[in-house]
Amino acid sequence: MASLDDLKKRITSVKSTQKITKAMKMVAAAKLRKAQESAEKGRPYSDKMHNIILNLSKNINDKENAPKLLAGSGKDNVHLCVVMTSDRGLCGGFNSNITKKAKSYFKKILDSGKELKIVTVGSKGFDQLKRAFKEYIIENISFKESKNVNYFDADKVGKMIIEKFEKGEFDVCTIFFNKFKNVITQIPQEQQIIPLKSEKSDDKNDVMNYEFEPEEDEILNNLLPKNISTQIFKAMLENSASEQGSRMSAMDNATRNAGEMVEKLTIEYNRSRQAAITKELIEIISGAESL
Amino acid sequence: MSDSFNLEIVNPEKLFLSLDNVSEVVVPAFEGDMGILKDHISIISFLKPGIVKVFTGNEVKELYVEDGIIEFSQNSLSILTSRIIDIKEIKKDDLSSMINEANEALKDENLDDQKRFLANQKIDVLNRLN
Repeated sequence: MASLDDLKKRITSVKSTQKITKAMKMVAAAKLRKAQESAEKGRPYSDKMHNIILNLSKNINDKENAPKLLAGSGKDNVHLCVVMTSDRGLCGGFNSNITKKAKSYFKKILDSGKELKIVTVGSKGFDQLKRAFKEYIIENISFKESKNVNYFDADKVGKMIIEKFEKGEFDVCTIFFNKFKNVITQIPQEQQIIPLKSEKSDDKNDVMNYEFEPEEDEILNNLLPKNISTQIFKAMLENSASEQGSRMSAMDNATRNAGEMVEKLTIEYNRSRQAAITKELIEIISGAESL
Repeated sequence: MSDSFNLEIVNPEKLFLSLDNVSEVVVPAFEGDMGILKDHISIISFLKPGIVKVFTGNEVKELYVEDGIIEFSQNSLSILTSRIIDIKEIKKDDLSSMINEANEALKDENLDDQKRFLANQKIDVLNRLN
């Protein structure tokens, strides 16, 4: 059995761990509120953008000449996957949920004999994927320096993706991120951004007759790259809210577990203290009796 | 008021401005400034760097936009832009750094005509503000 001193040391160490996890939980909760707010504030922009593109693409009759970002390159051979994770750990299953989802997608692609390229955003995803998929990773981006998620970072990623697309380096682009549902639930998502998947909405009633200035395709050419950055920005916002939520619940659990452990250790400590006292008493009594 | 319509300006971070009593908006559309009044035909267009003027009653609000898309339908105007600043809040330092940024971008030899035009336009507008 561990000595009294050892037990005491362990109790103190667990207690200080508990303090750390508790503090992290508090910090995550505060950051979560902010991240959630900005995720909600960012929604009108991406929704509006989506609507406008939907309206535009409905007005395009000549599908053959539609911009490539909308219609795709006509092939399906090279898949680019953008895996978006966090830069920090200690947030429960947040990162591994995304990579798990991404990995199963990678397997599907590779099994069907297609080429795979991976871009990781956030260092944790890179760390988790480099073991199994190192040869496919073409780029690793991390925004450790940026304190908050901002549009210009997203724009950088978006521009890089478009540049690669224009060079013909890939045909289909999919992004992976966690969608923030609530503090406890985050849903890993895959979303195809090139070519743009238009949701099947056949209600032709809401097709508006818009005037375009300049022409439709010129507007689309201008708009589609922006839409990609916007989608990535949205994913980043969702991700950061999810990260904080996930960290908060993970740290909450850790704090509770530490509390349980402290309780158990305290009981053990008290028992062995009592046992030691009893032992000493017995020794004294039996010593006195033998006289 | 009967001759007013809704205006929403959003940037990626938030809903920047939302008004429901706008009488006229002048936007720097790509092919020239465009004034929008109530019951304008539905239109989608995009913006070049310039000043958006918002008229509400006797007030005029002026905002600097760098780019964006506008959509007008059923008497509601949405402006989506990646960077928008109220002219009153713009600072001299920011202005000069933005001008430098644009000048820097112009130095790129491979710039296509459209981008070059946009960058020049940006410098023009910013210099006028300065």
